[in-house]
Order: sequence, then structure tokens, then C-alpha cells
Amino acid sequence: MNIKTKKLLNSALIQIVLLIGAVVMIVPFLWMLLTSFKTISESTQVNPFVIFPSKWRLDAFKSVMSKMNFLRLYWNTLVLIIGRIFFAVVTATMAGYALGRLKFPGRNLAFGLVLFQMMVPAQIFIIPQYLMVSKMGMLNTSFALIFPGLVTAFGTFLLRQAYISLPKDLEEAAVLDGCGVFARFLFVMLPLTRSSMVALGIFTALFAFKDLMWPLVVNTEQTTMPLSAALAKIQGQFTSDYPELMAASMLACVPMIIIYILFQKQFIEGIATSGSKM
Amino acid sequence: MKRREKTKFNLKDFFWGWLFLLPTVVGLLILNIIPIFQTIYQSFFKTGAFGKGNIFVGLQNYKKLFSDASVWQALFNTFKYAIIEVPFSIAIALVFAVLLNKKIRGRTVYRTIYFLPMVAAPAAIAMVWRWLYNSEFGLLNHLLNSIGLKSVEWISNPSIAFISIAIVGIWSVVGYNMVLFLAGLQEIPHDYYEAAEIDGANAFRQFFAITLPCLSPTMFFVTVTRVIGALQVFDVIYMMMDRVNPALYKTQSLVYLFYKYSFVESNKGYGSAIVVLLLAVIMIITAVQVYLQKKWSDA
Repeated sequence: MNIKTKKLLNSALIQIVLLIGAVVMIVPFLWMLLTSFKTISESTQVNPFVIFPSKWRLDAFKSVMSKMNFLRLYWNTLVLIIGRIFFAVVTATMAGYALGRLKFPGRNLAFGLVLFQMMVPAQIFIIPQYLMVSKMGMLNTSFALIFPGLVTAFGTFLLRQAYISLPKDLEEAAVLDGCGVFARFLFVMLPLTRSSMVALGIFTALFAFKDLMWPLVVNTEQTTMPLSAALAKIQGQFTSDYPELMAASMLACVPMIIIYILFQKQFIEGIATSGSKM
Repeated sequence: MKRREKTKFNLKDFFWGWLFLLPTVVGLLILNIIPIFQTIYQSFFKTGAFGKGNIFVGLQNYKKLFSDASVWQALFNTFKYAIIEVPFSIAIALVFAVLLNKKIRGRTVYRTIYFLPMVAAPAAIAMVWRWLYNSEFGLLNHLLNSIGLKSVEWISNPSIAFISIAIVGIWSVVGYNMVLFLAGLQEIPHDYYEAAEIDGANAFRQFFAITLPCLSPTMFFVTVTRVIGALQVFDVIYMMMDRVNPALYKTQSLVYLFYKYSFVESNKGYGSAIVVLLLAVIMIITAVQVYLQKKWSDA
């Protein structure tokens, strides 16, 4: 009996700690939601303080959507994310296979380059990358947004680890069957690294979505911005209209949140893989 | 015969290996490796506004850098941010991970909620926190007032603002650290805990004798990546601190200054010098961490 009550007390304590944590994590999102349905005067009323809007108005949403072309912003963000995922997964899978499964002169040098890139803070690349895009006349394009993600050192590293950990026998059996390098790569080994490819895809998508400085630098026209940079611009334009700012934030975050909730298992496993393979 | 076959095989590997590597190696060289040297090179030049060309100025940017009080202040601000964000985000994430590693009701729901900030745009996060921190109409000051406390100037008081920014940083990254810790915890064999249970070790003893030592590879990885990430803080500061905010000087980070000089004031030479300083700082700190980790794991 005594042990039982102790256990019950223990799990109640754990639940309380976790619940406090959950409240802290979720309140900013709730506040974003509630504010976006308020009028300006409701949002700035202190006495009495308004928590719930008196009516669920869509005015702030309508207003930001008339000021900014959100369809365009979603499209730009989608192109950025898909482009980054495509290039990251294709180049990193190929390079990861070469580094993880093939023995040839120059391999260690190439791997050294990959490790070196990963140790350097990314801001050091930005000025030269910006000048390159500018010289190509590609500022304010989708290409500019994707450009720094054409290859990925981190992804190459991740896929190399995945290929190294695969058993030897499989590939040897394929060699005996007369498979060439390319067939072995594409039909035998590549399908086995699916989880790492998914992890890289999710990781790439998240960080492309969250990247702020690069889009701010290369795409300064509102029609070519992704969501992250557009939000930064909106804040500069109507600083004190919090219902509108929160409505814009909602519009920027909700699609990704829905995708996350639908695929949360893949998200969490993907992030876990990308961290634990190091 | 056999030998010839072996050479042939290796040649094939050589051909395919480099073919597969080519996009990545060429890309890394053009996008990353050469730009490192270009940035260092650029730091010896002065770039004027209005399209004026590069003028070689030797070490002048660095001389200016070392005598520029705002750069030292920014370096100090960056460290202050990292010293708060890293330990707290790790400690809180560790508590969550350990609790969620048990068979708890609502495990998945908690995990989903804690990770939520990771999928939100940082600009949106910064905006909503700025709104929460608002000194007149913000939710936080309202809560403080309702329990009889005075309002706090969360982001305009220079001696508080850096903490407010670090809180947003912690809140944003706790879920990410937690997911990495959960993955690490799942690697620890369950027998260890059963044996400890039989020996009568309580939960705290188990945590320090089993969990923490077994988790040290994950801990090392999370710490090193978090320190590097925290030293590059930009988004929150850029979004939350107006250019007229009196606390800006005491909160702006090195990367913020880099952005300001390179892309707002178009002084790419000075911006480059700042980012070279950041590179040096990160390299030194990472080297120290790796050294300490080696020493610690050998002992």
C-alpha cells in the first residue's frame, strides 16, 4: 500500500512537471491564435484585460492577405523547400555512397572537405555566395533561394554513415550476380538507406523553412520572398497592429504545423537520426 | 589473371567514386571552400557604398575591429546569450527526455508539443514573444500585475533584454535537444536499471550513475552543436530588437553586426572582418571542447 501510494505520487509529480512544460511551450502559440482574431482595441485593452476575442473575427486575416500575396509566399516557400530537398538528397546520396562503400584514391581528401565545411560557421559563406548570385543576375529568383543548398556537407556525412553501417554481404552477393557499381548503388544499397534519406529530407525542409538571413539578403522584392523573410518585412511595415502581425504569423506557421502533426513520427525520428549518426 | 581483374575492379571504383562525388566536391569548393578564402581576402578591403569598388586597406579593418567597442560588446553579448541558452536548454531538455523515457500517460502528446517551436518560422516566434513581452499590453506583464508584481520592461531594459532573448532561444530549442536526448536514452540497455533497482538505487542515484554516463556521447554532441548554434544567434535579435531600442547595444550579437555592416551599410570588408573573428572564436571554443572531452573520457 505504502509503495503503491508512493508510486502514484511519483507519477502525479511527473505529470505536473510535464504539464507545466507543455503549458509554457503552447501558450505563445495560443496567444498568437487568440490575438489574430481580436480587434486592435481588444488586443491593447488592459483594464479589463481581454483574453478571448468577443467575436472570432477574420478581419486581421483578410487585411494581411490583401496587403501581402500569401499564395505567392507559400509558392516561393514550397519551391525553396522542394528545390533544397531535391538537390540535397540527390547529391548527398551519391556522394555518401562513394565515401561509404567505394575505395579509391582521393576519397579521404573529399571526406576531409566535407568535415571541414561542417566545422565552419555558415555566415562566412554568405558574402561570396551573395556576390556570385548577384553577378549571375539571379537576385530575386527561386534559384537564389536554393543556391546555397545545391550541395550539403551535413547530408553527405549523414548518408555516408548510413552506407557504412550496411552489411558487406549484400553488396558482395550483388557483385557475384554481375551487378555493376551503378546497379548495385541504385537497386541494392540505396533502398536500404531510406530512413536516412527521409531524415535528410526533413532536416533540409525544416532548415530551409526557418532560414532567415539568406532570403533577406538575396530576395528583397516581396514577390520573390519566402514566408520567413516576408514576416520580417511585415513587422517593419505595421509594427503596432498586433492582430495583423499575429494573423500573418499564423498564416506562416500553420501549414508547417499541420504537416508536422500529420508526419510527427517521421519528423521526430528524422531529427533523432540526423543527430545520433554523428 | 586474378591481379588484372583486381586492378580493373579498382579502376571502376575510381571512376564511379569520383563521378558520384563530383557534384558534391565541385559544389563544396565553389559554394563553401573558396568563399572562406574570399571572405578572408575581402576583409583586407574597404567596400564603399554606392557601388564604389574594392580598395585594399591591409589590416585596417582589423585595427578598426580591435578598437571598436561595439564589436567587443557584441562578442560579450554573444557569450552572455550562449552562457544562458546552452546550459538551460540542455538541462530542461534532459529533464523532459528522462521523464518521457518512462511509460507515461500522454507521452506522444507531450513530445509533440515540446517539439512544436522547431517547426515554426523564427520570425513568427520572435513576433509572438515580442508581443508577449510588450510592456504595456503584453500577456507576461499582465500576469505579473495580476499577482501584484510590477511590470517589467522585457526588451527595452538593457540589463534584462539579453535574458528575455535567451528565454526565447531556450524555448525554441528545448524540443530539439529533447529529441536527441530521447534517442540517446533509448540506446541505454534496460538491464542496467533493473540491476540498479535490485541494488536499491533510487531514481536520482540511477540518473547520475547510469543515465548521465551512458548519455555522454549524445551530451557531447548536443553541447558542441548548441554552443556553435548559440554563438551564431541572429534571428531573435534581428526580429525583436528595433534599431531604436535602447537595449540594442547590450544585446546585438556578432552575427547581427555582421549582417548590419555587410548588407545594411554595404561595408562588406568590415563585415568580413567580423565574420572572420566569429570563425576564430568558434574554432577555438570547439577545439577546447573536443580537448576537454578527450581528457575527460580518458580519465
